[in-house]
Amino acid sequence: MSNIVLERVSKRFGDTLVTDNIDLVIPAGKFTVFVGPSGCGKTTLLRLIAGLEDIDQGRLLIDGADMGQTPPAARGLAMVFQSYALYPHMSVRANLGFALKVAHTPPRDIAARVEAVAKLLDLSALLDRKPAALSGGQRQRVAIGRALVREPKAFLFDEPLSNLDAALRSQMRIEIRRLQQDLGITAIYVTHDQAEAMTMADQIVVFREGRIEQVGAPLEIYRRPTNRFVAGFIGSPCMNFLSGARAAAFGATTIGFRPEHLRLDASGELRGVVRTVEHLGNEALVHVQLEDDTMITARCTEDTALHPGAPIAFTPDPASIHRFDQDNRALDVG
Amino acid sequence: MSLHSSSFGRSAAHWTPNAHAQFLRHRVDDPSVGAAFIVAFPLLWALLASFKTELEAVAFPPRFVGFSWSLDNYRQVLGESDYLGALRNSIIIAGGSSLLTLLLGVPAAWAMAFAPTRHTRALLLWMLSTKMLPAVGVLIPIFLFYRDWGLLDTHLGVALLLTAGNLPIAIWMLYANFKEVPGEILEAARMDGASLTQEILIVLAPMAAPGLASTFFLIFTLAWNESFWTLNITTTDATTLTAFIAAFSSPQGLFWAKLSAASMLSIVPVIVIGWLCQRQLVSGLTFGAVK
Repeated sequence: MSNIVLERVSKRFGDTLVTDNIDLVIPAGKFTVFVGPSGCGKTTLLRLIAGLEDIDQGRLLIDGADMGQTPPAARGLAMVFQSYALYPHMSVRANLGFALKVAHTPPRDIAARVEAVAKLLDLSALLDRKPAALSGGQRQRVAIGRALVREPKAFLFDEPLSNLDAALRSQMRIEIRRLQQDLGITAIYVTHDQAEAMTMADQIVVFREGRIEQVGAPLEIYRRPTNRFVAGFIGSPCMNFLSGARAAAFGATTIGFRPEHLRLDASGELRGVVRTVEHLGNEALVHVQLEDDTMITARCTEDTALHPGAPIAFTPDPASIHRFDQDNRALDVG
Repeated sequence: MSLHSSSFGRSAAHWTPNAHAQFLRHRVDDPSVGAAFIVAFPLLWALLASFKTELEAVAFPPRFVGFSWSLDNYRQVLGESDYLGALRNSIIIAGGSSLLTLLLGVPAAWAMAFAPTRHTRALLLWMLSTKMLPAVGVLIPIFLFYRDWGLLDTHLGVALLLTAGNLPIAIWMLYANFKEVPGEILEAARMDGASLTQEILIVLAPMAAPGLASTFFLIFTLAWNESFWTLNITTTDATTLTAFIAAFSSPQGLFWAKLSAASMLSIVPVIVIGWLCQRQLVSGLTFGAVK
């Protein structure tokens, strides 16, 4: 178990500052997820930690030792790439054992560790296949196995599930999480999918434009976003925002409330017309056009009969209203 | 072939204007046969001439059939002149310069493909631009340098010149090939602890094998066929097959039949190598074209 500390880390590509003065602690043995829209610097930060990019300014400490100048392999980290990046001309066995082979590990030890990892990941029957003969999920497991075999201090995942179909993705999500918990290993996981962040993380780090917007446990971030960006980015469907007189009534520039915090109420102050209804079976997502043309989304039970064009009115749960000032900072989170 | 017949079958089943256009496109194959014949004609001419007597070879109108076939020219070229010596020189010079070109070209192309700088594109263009200058423009200075350095008429001298001449082409081809290799795989090797040499030899080279093979074949052929430098800076010790062939048009007269026989003999090694790595070549020359 190792902790990773970033101190005032900056990186430029040409004139663009891709990560700006990042201070962050990745706690040992925890699952940390970097999340944010594309181009927010999360992948660059991961590559800086891995050593695939050089840090322009600031320090990277792994277990207290400055690793800023250390070559990637000597940092003791293992990375799982988005494209899996398996060696196409080598068998699964050779792929898994490659790191040990270049480190001159005795062949008998390599064989033993490869077998052990293959067993753990259910790859034993596939050891002599080439990557091209594997399914997407199997390739993903080989990529994880290749990282695991080195017994790294920490795992780095760069959007590892984005090439898988939805069913496999949610299965792999659980497998990766279980593996990380069983081994008690430090992990950093980059994704742009807020659902992945919510379901997998011990700690979420929300990025935007090279800066950290908020760090915290999933529910903490969900319930107490510190600014409007985080409020809108985390949670699906995303938070509804209202401004103007309705917000002013709460003493804020903007107010936000989540779709599940709207209650159907014939005398409610939020009046509008149903535009579309998404039926999910256990619940329905109702998209409503308010009288001032703002669109909001509400989560309702399926037994409420709703049709496009029907008038509708809601009352938001007053305890669940988020208030933001003119700089989009949350007013109630301190 | 299967693709050809399947799309043909579909167009026959649904005869739409689109299918008609598709059918016409297949007919374009026919003129290509004619084009192939035109390209191969000089070769065919030389092949026939190599079996004629000197008199028949220059006869006008030329005869394509009905002359007395003979192997005399081959016997003479092989027996009375130093064909084997020239063959040996060609192999040493073309082989040596091609290996040296790859040795220098692979790291250069690796750097340009995987660690590009702001100047990479300009550098690539600049390298290629050197190929646009006529070689004769630098003949005198190079000749003088070579004379002073004792490189005239040596294997090393010719091989170095051919390496310098082919390096831009090799780097361009390798660069284009390496660009097709996903960079993440090399980064994975780096994370796995591979050294730069291991990364290039164990990971990159096997993935780029078709590209390496086609590059090697191209620069080997170019070096094998090079005649400007070999004619000008070799006399006896490092004479290659191209200079050997040219020797048959001597002040004593032009020996077309023997020249043709010598040409045929010098083509054979290249054809054999090309035949052997045919499969690699096809996948190398169309690398990345189909995915």
